[in-house]
Parts: sequence; C-alpha cells; structure tokens
Amino acid sequence: MTATPARRMLALRPRRVDPALVQMAALAVVVFILMASLNPQRFLRPYVFDSITYMAPELGLLSIAMMLTMLSGGIDLSVIGLANLAGILAGLFFHATAGASGPDLRHAGAAVLCGGIGIAVTAGIVGGAINGLLITRARVTPILATIGSGQIFTGIALVLTGGPAIVGFPGAWSAIGNGRVLGVAAPLVIFIVIAGTIGGLLTRTPFGLSLKLIGTNTRAATFSGLRTGRTVLLSYILSGTLAATAGILLSARTNAAKSDYGISYLLQAVLIAVLGGTNPAGGRGSVWGVTLALFALMLLSSGLQLMRFSNFLVDFIWGAFLLLSIALNALRQRRR
Amino acid sequence: MSNTLTPVLSGRADSPRLAWVLKRPELGVGGLAVVAMVVIGSINPAFWDAANLFSLLRANVITGILALGVMIVMLSGGIDVSFPAFAIAAMYLTIKGMIALGYDGVVLPFAVATMIGLLLGLINGLFVYGLRMIPLIVTLGTGTAVRGLLLGAVGSSQINIDRMPPALIGFGRLEFLRSVGGGNGLSTMVVLYAALAVMVHLMLRHTLIGRSIFALGGSEEAARRAGFNVRTTIFFIYGMAGALAGCTGLLHGSMIWVANPRDMVGIELDVIAAVVLGGTSIFGGRGSVMGTMLGVFTLVLLTNSLIIMHIDTTWQRIVTGSIVILAAAATSWRDRRIAA
Amino acid sequence: MTAPLLELRDVVRHFGGVKALDGVSLSIMPGEIHCLAGENGSGKSTLIKIVSGVNTIDRGHILVDGTLVDTMTPRLAIAHGIQVIYQDFSLFGNLTVAENLALGAEVRAGRRLVNWRRMRAHAQAAVDRLGVALDLDATVDSLPTSGRQLVAIARALMADPLLLIMDEPTTTLTSREVAALFDVVRDIQSRGIAVLFVSHKMREMLAISERITILRSGLVVAGGPIGQFDEAGITRLMTGSEIAEDPYLWDASPATHPVLAVRDLSVRGVLHDINLTIGAGEIVGVSGLLGSGRTELALALFGLLPSYTGTVQIDGRDVALRSVRHAIANRIAYVPEDRLTEGLFLPESIDINLLCASFDRLSRGGVLRPEAMRDAAASAIRDMAIATPTGERPVVELSGGNQQRVVIGRWLLRHPRILILNGPTVGVDVGSKAGIHRTVRRLAREHGMAVIMISDDLPELIGNCNRVLVMHRGRLVDEVADTRNGPYETRRAERALSDRLRELA
Repeated sequence: MTATPARRMLALRPRRVDPALVQMAALAVVVFILMASLNPQRFLRPYVFDSITYMAPELGLLSIAMMLTMLSGGIDLSVIGLANLAGILAGLFFHATAGASGPDLRHAGAAVLCGGIGIAVTAGIVGGAINGLLITRARVTPILATIGSGQIFTGIALVLTGGPAIVGFPGAWSAIGNGRVLGVAAPLVIFIVIAGTIGGLLTRTPFGLSLKLIGTNTRAATFSGLRTGRTVLLSYILSGTLAATAGILLSARTNAAKSDYGISYLLQAVLIAVLGGTNPAGGRGSVWGVTLALFALMLLSSGLQLMRFSNFLVDFIWGAFLLLSIALNALRQRRR
Repeated sequence: MSNTLTPVLSGRADSPRLAWVLKRPELGVGGLAVVAMVVIGSINPAFWDAANLFSLLRANVITGILALGVMIVMLSGGIDVSFPAFAIAAMYLTIKGMIALGYDGVVLPFAVATMIGLLLGLINGLFVYGLRMIPLIVTLGTGTAVRGLLLGAVGSSQINIDRMPPALIGFGRLEFLRSVGGGNGLSTMVVLYAALAVMVHLMLRHTLIGRSIFALGGSEEAARRAGFNVRTTIFFIYGMAGALAGCTGLLHGSMIWVANPRDMVGIELDVIAAVVLGGTSIFGGRGSVMGTMLGVFTLVLLTNSLIIMHIDTTWQRIVTGSIVILAAAATSWRDRRIAA
Repeated sequence: MTAPLLELRDVVRHFGGVKALDGVSLSIMPGEIHCLAGENGSGKSTLIKIVSGVNTIDRGHILVDGTLVDTMTPRLAIAHGIQVIYQDFSLFGNLTVAENLALGAEVRAGRRLVNWRRMRAHAQAAVDRLGVALDLDATVDSLPTSGRQLVAIARALMADPLLLIMDEPTTTLTSREVAALFDVVRDIQSRGIAVLFVSHKMREMLAISERITILRSGLVVAGGPIGQFDEAGITRLMTGSEIAEDPYLWDASPATHPVLAVRDLSVRGVLHDINLTIGAGEIVGVSGLLGSGRTELALALFGLLPSYTGTVQIDGRDVALRSVRHAIANRIAYVPEDRLTEGLFLPESIDINLLCASFDRLSRGGVLRPEAMRDAAASAIRDMAIATPTGERPVVELSGGNQQRVVIGRWLLRHPRILILNGPTVGVDVGSKAGIHRTVRRLAREHGMAVIMISDDLPELIGNCNRVLVMHRGRLVDEVADTRNGPYETRRAERALSDRLRELA
C-alpha cells in the first residue's frame, strides 16, 4: 500500500541508519568518556575543547574536500599542496602591498584583506579546475592527476618562496585564525558555515544528488541525462576551494605559510573521510559523517597528547585507526 | 558533457605500425631520454663528463629499485605509497640493532632489512586481499602507522656517520672504473640495481608467479578461472614490493652514511612518477622492467640536471609533477587507443 | 541405446529463499548440438554453474556417462570433459593469444617456470586443431569479439572436452560472424564433441541445434528435437506471454504532423539511410537479428551517437541530437536494454531512481523543492503502479517488473513525446509483463506519445505494435504488419515476421 503523499517522508537515500555513522558517534562518546575518566583534571578543562575548535576546522575542510571527490569515486591528493600555495600567495600579496613587516602590514585595511582572500580562493578554484579538467577531459586517473598537480602546486610554492616560510600576516588575517565571533572560535564559525553549505549542496541540489549518482553508476547517470563531466569538474573545483580555505585558516592561525606544512593532514583527511562513512569507490558520503569523525578523532588525538603520547605515536594511531576501520567495514559487509 | 559511450561504439582500427609503437612505451621514454640528454649536453657540455654521468647513474639506484617494487604492484592493478616508510623502518631498525649488538657486516643486515620489508609488505597483502580494500587507502594507512610507530617507539634521532657500522659504509662506497671518472668511479650499487632489475625481469617473464601478476592485472576473474591462486599472487606482490623496499632502505643508509628515520618523506611521488613515465598502466597488466628503468633514468636525468642547466632546484617538484601528469595522460590515451 | 553424456535428474537449487532451479531434468547425448533457451533469470546461469561444478545442488542427481556423480567440482567437471566458455570469454586482454591459450595448462601442471617455446607450441597446436588463422603474438585486446571467441574456443578444446558449453555465444557477434562461428561448431561436432548453447536469443541457434530444452522460472517447460518447434512457439514458451488476439489499432489522422520524422539517418559503420516517420499514438516495433543496428538506432535518437548525419524532426521542428541532454530537452526518453547497468542506481531509493532525470524541473533557483519531489515521486509510483509500501526502499529490492516500471516512470515525469523501449519486458515475470504492455498502450493512446519498441519477443511486438519494422545490417529493410491496412490476424503476422527474420539469418 502506498502511504499518503502528505505524510510520506521523501527518501533521498534509503532510510536506514548508516552503521558507519553510528560507529563514529559511538567512538566519539567512548573516546570522550575514556579520556575524561582516565585523566579528568587534565582532559575536562575548557582549554582542551577550545584548542580543538581552532585546530579542527582546517582539517575538517580538507576532509570534506576529500569526501567530495570520493563521492564520484575519485580522490584529491593535491589538497595539502593547494592549501599551502593559497596561503603563500596571500602572504606574498600582503608583503607586496603592505611591506614584509611593520605597522603597515599589521594594520592592513579591509581592501587588502579581501584581496588576500580573493587571491587564495582564486588559487583554489583554478587548482581545482585543473584537477577536474585533467580527470574529465584528459581522462587521467584521479590518483595520478592529483599526485602530479599536488607536486606542481607545492613546486610553485617552493619556487615562489625559495623554501623558507613566509612569516608575518596582517592582524585582521590573524583574527580569522585566532579570533572569536560571539564567543565562538572564528575558524569554527567559518567551518560551520561552509560545512552547512556543502551539506546543503549535497542533499538539496541537483549537483549534489547527481554527484552521488555518478559515483553509484556512471553509465546509468549518462543514460539519465546527468551532466557527468560538468558535475565531476565542479566537485574538484569545490574541493580546491575548500583546500584554499583551509590554507587561509592554517596561515591565519599560525601567522605563517610554508610549502611543506601539514603533510600529515593528507592521511588524516583520507582517514576522516573514510571513517565518516564515505565510500572511496563512490556514491556514499555525508558532511555529517565527516564532521562526527573529525571531532571524534580530534578528541582522541588531543587526549593522547595530554597523556604525553608523542606526536609520532598519535600519527601511528591515526594510521592504525584507518586500518581498523577498514577491517570493521569489511567484517560488517561480510556478515551482510 | 563527456560522452562515455562513443569510444566504445566507434571502434576504429589503428594502423599496425602505430599499434606497434603504442605497445612499446619504452621507445617513447627512451626517445625522451635521448632528446633530454642532447639538449642538456648542448646547454652545458659538462653533462657528458664521466664523473657527472657516473653520479647520475648512482642517483638512479635508490629510486630505481623502489620503482621495480611499485611497478610490480601497479602491474597487478594496485598502487603502493607505503614503501618509503617500510624502507626507512627496515633501515633504522637494522642499523639500530647492529649498533646495539655491536655487529658489523653486510650480508646479514641486508637479509634482515629485506625480511623486515617483506613482513611489512605482507601486512599490505593481508588488507588488500583479505579485506578487499582499495590499495591506495590501505598503503596510506600502513605507511603512516609504520612511520609513526618507528618515530614514536623506536626513536626519532638521526644516526650519524660516526656511529654508523663501518662495514655498511664501506659497502656503500664500493666503486669501479675509477680511472675513467678521474678519481670518482662508478658506484658498484649500480651493478646491484641492474642485477635486481634483471632478476625482476626474469621473474616477471619466465616464472608462473610472474605471469600470474600480469594475469591478475588483466582480469582477476579470468585469473581465478585459469587456476591461478590469486591469494598467493597478491601476497607475493606486496611481499616482494616490501622486501625490495626494505633492502633499498638499508642500501640508502649505506650510500649516504646516515640513518635518518625521517628520511624519504615524499619519495613515493618521484617513484610513482618514474613508473608511470616508464609506461606502466595504473589499471594493471601493462608495463615492463625496461620501461620502468628508462622512466627512472629520465626522471632522475631531468631533475638532477636542473643545476647543470642553471635552473634553481626548487623547480624539481614542478618537473616531477608535470611528468606524472603528462605520462599519465599519454598512458590513458594509449590505453584507450588499444582498447578501441 | 547409448547413455547420455550428461544427465540431470530433478535438480533443485535454492539461493536464499529463491528457487533458482526447481526440479530440472536435462540430458545431452554424445556429439549432439543442444540448445538451452530461457530468458534472463530463468535459471540458465545456475544450470551452467551446476554442470561445471561451481555451484552445488540441493537435491537431484547428476550423471556423467550413465554414472552417478556425488559432488560435482570444477576439477571433476574438467576431468569429465566438460568445458565452459563464458559470455565474457575469461581471457586476459593484456596478454598474447599464445599465452591466453597455453597459460592455463601450465598452471594446472603445477609448473613454476615458463617455457615460452613449449607454450607457443601448445598454442600453435590448439589453433591448428581449430583450423583457424590466429596471430599468436597479437594481444587479445587488439582482436575483434569474434577473434576473442575463437581464442576462447581454442583454449577450451585444448582440454579434449566431450561437452563444450557456450554461454550466450552470439550476443555480440554480427550475423556474418555468427555464420563463421557455426562453421567452427559443426567442425567441433564432427569430432564427436557435444555442444550446449545457452542463450536467451535462440533465433540464431535454431539453424544449428538438434535438440532444445526451454527453461522458464527454474522449470523445464518444454524440450525435444528442434523440428517440433517453431520460433514463435519457443518464444512463447520462454517468455510465457500469449499473443494478444487484438493487435494495437491506430488510425492516422492526416491533419497532424508526425511526432518523429527521421530522414537519411546514418552513422558510419552502424546505420545507413534510416527513414522513419512515427505519428502521435503509434507504437512501432523494431525487430532484427543481432548486430542489425536496432540498439544503435535507439542510441542515435537518444543523442549517444552524436556523429550521425541526416535530419531528425520532432513535431515538425528540426532538432540536433548531439547529446543525451539534447535528446531529453527534445522530449525523447529511452529505456535501455540492460536495466541493471544502464538504467538503475541499485543501492539508491526508488524515489531517487524515479526523480534522477527531472532534477531541473524539481528545483527552483538551483535548490530542490522537497514538496515537489515528494509529489512527483508519489505520483510516479501511483501512475506506474509500482508495488511498494514506500519509495524509500532501495530499488535493488524490487522485482524485475517493478524495476522496469521505475525506469519507465522516470521518463514519464518529463512528459516525453517519444518513448524508446529497448527490450521492455526482458527478465520480467509473465504477470508484470501484461501490466507493462497495458501501460505502454495507455501512454501512446492517451498521451499521444510516439513509441518505438525494440524487442526479440515477437508476440510482444505483434501484440502491442500497430506496425513492426525489420532492421538488417544497419538498414530498415521491411515493414511486416500494419494495422493501418485494417486489423491483422496476429498469428499470421507473427509467422510472417518470424519467417522474414529467418530469411535474414
């Protein structure tokens, strides 16, 4: 029997709770309780959560970028290179317009600031478009296209800076990375706005639904008249733009930009995307899942750091987590 | 919009000569190498000095052996980005062990490093075969985990020349043809590289396990039906890639006289670039040792000759990145032509 | 009397709750050419897997040479001389012909080293034995489909089989290649090897088979010497569809433009000078042998062969069909041949599968309107009478018939002028079939659509179309039945069509 249209919820996806999401939420809770009970004095301090709200957004944007490209069965390994390049271009722009240091730079006006943002974001759009065109037009496999373009982005950053970090950004820039809006960390506000927008794009627009369908069955997508090439291209442009935004946040928070910052973010972004329920073969993934995975893993890693684990061991745990989640998914699939 | 159906439906026969060239990517890379050598030599004749050529060949060794491993993985349709971590882990553990035990020698340490690499490679095999996960993501995970564990649990400090086992350094310094090079001979490691390459070639061409790698890269289902043991093949592939990485790691340490646990970060990109440039298809089934060696040679030639051409070395990554993209685009074009 | 080479007695096999084979008996005599006919989903593939030892049986018996076989395994099947050539041939496209032929034997012999000279000699012997010309050094990818098939046959013969099973051997061949294949098969038979053709397109098989067994829904519905059957009868047995006594009637009203007018449509190598006019409310059947160009005609009209020449007019306007989007914008809808790979997004919901071609109409300012989507999906489910309590279910859970309704319903949301159906009821059970036919008739009659129905199912064409065209080698060669000359007698029309197709084969 067909339910009455008025009461029936529209199912954009089969309405089944995604087990990966449940797993992620459970993980976040377990990590939180574990950390809090092991070391309440150190872990349950506002400082811990505060620092997460500043650090997580960069990684979160990169993870969403990764998820977007995985939706069509691709991957974007150039995000780190592009993020750094965007930060460096903005920094060079500031140094060119307001000097490499001094009060001019520190008090650079809104116009200069907007110029910097514009340059960084444009770099992201152009970089993403290059990836997208390589993949849709030149038919280069996403892995190779983005490995190669990532090298080129990093290479351009190296050529521009000669190697050392660009230090010294305007005060307003640094406020993007360290300031507060209504008592909330500015990067978190930016993340929430962007994540919300992407989430809306994926669930409420033809683009988002098409992207998932292309990842599910490209041939059927062609036969349904979906714009396969254009949609995939757009997903890489979005991914590039998100990477550039992450670059803005990174350089704003640290007041510096360098060609080889954040290398370990690449794995973490892949990990968060996969843990957040994204299927690297395409067709499945959500902003919600990625966000949950992001905060669970940020809690985990800052908890580990508080327990005096070295950064290296935290890296190890990230890698081990990725493998563990693969194993769990495989076992769950097998049982089905 | 991209039209995925037309290429399938408009099958067009290439001329036999074109088809012949298309199936021999070695010619393309080889030609590129020759042109590059002529151009570089005309910009700076010092390029043709025996000393420069010797150092160029020496620079092929590490990338080259690693590329052999990656090529094997790519022939089967997989990819590996974990090998730099495995190489460094094998090197650092072996050298640390040698220092702790006060052991000095060459053969046993290399055997140990190779074994460490082999075991780590088998872990990749376990995830790829047993859990059916995409090789890129598996190896990203194992690479990071191994590197993190090495740095966090074993140590993060560099072992300098003063504490390096002398036998290893002595081994890494072996060279011949000293009279030709005006004092600097050709590193014996080049011979080792060549020997390994011949071995891999013979394995791929003349053993059934070697043919099973090509078969797997052609069609897993058909390989199963033909009676190949796919599990054995996958474990062999990743084990072999790991073993080659482990052996290369220690060789690397011996050649630069330093054991740095943070070394080789990002080298996977150069290696993959070289393999792709050598004509190996990322979809599996197509590629050769000769092509890979030429790919490595050309890549090393281009990136190492920047100084000779008076170009800042910061351009190196741009060169590598462009090579990956151009070679991948060319390979994808070729594969489509062959399939058409 | 000699014992059958292979005999199945009352074989039952379940998959989950589904009975794939429900007491099937079949016997194959030494050296005979036997045809196992059945639609997709009738249990043919399961039967192949059981005979080749890939699947086990739940009940029943397998006898080889009159001797009971306890458990058939792949190894045992090969030892008994049973070889299967799968539809995809199971070849290595990246390797040479020689290696494809000889590698399997090397593996099975447990060798570790490859002796290229020995492999080449084996391969040469295999090719010589088949008596065909094959370049041993060519990579298999560079061969045409017929060449790959020869490699697969040569490889199967290397094992000295007594029975060669060929799964859908003619599906991707042209009629000339089919003729060449049959020469090879007769030659194989002359050496005392039995051949079992397994196919849902048995028209070609009729020319060569000696006995036939027809499978439907896991049951043998008929079997016997081929002379006892005609094509129409076999189709009816395979599909279970009964021919309608009343054909679809359509009266041309001369005042209106034709909906579709195609002039001199050609695509190099596949279509030649197609001229076709279809009026509002017409249902035109297109029939033809494999490789006749019928699917290509559909693809060209749907914008998937953009390099076509000639003109296409819709409702009197010239249109350019250079992409699927052009075709859709010009209100052409296409229900593809292979529902599972070309039509559906299997893990997605019924709703999404219905709405995916209409996102532009369901959004305002680039944002989808949930209300509009809900209403559209609900109306499509109602319109197409898709049997489901909710559109939230993944479409993969639906039956074949309901899945096909989803694909058709998807296009109805766009109110097409031209509806092209390629194999509209393949793999659909008999009950659902009639329902889909009723729907198509209703769409043509009430909405004035021009419908092109491509099918192998002759009763389906005769019973639902007001005229049926025959394609051959990329051309429209014939028009068999036409109700504009008054209602035809369906059985006679069916026979005429069947005879015409046999002439062309």
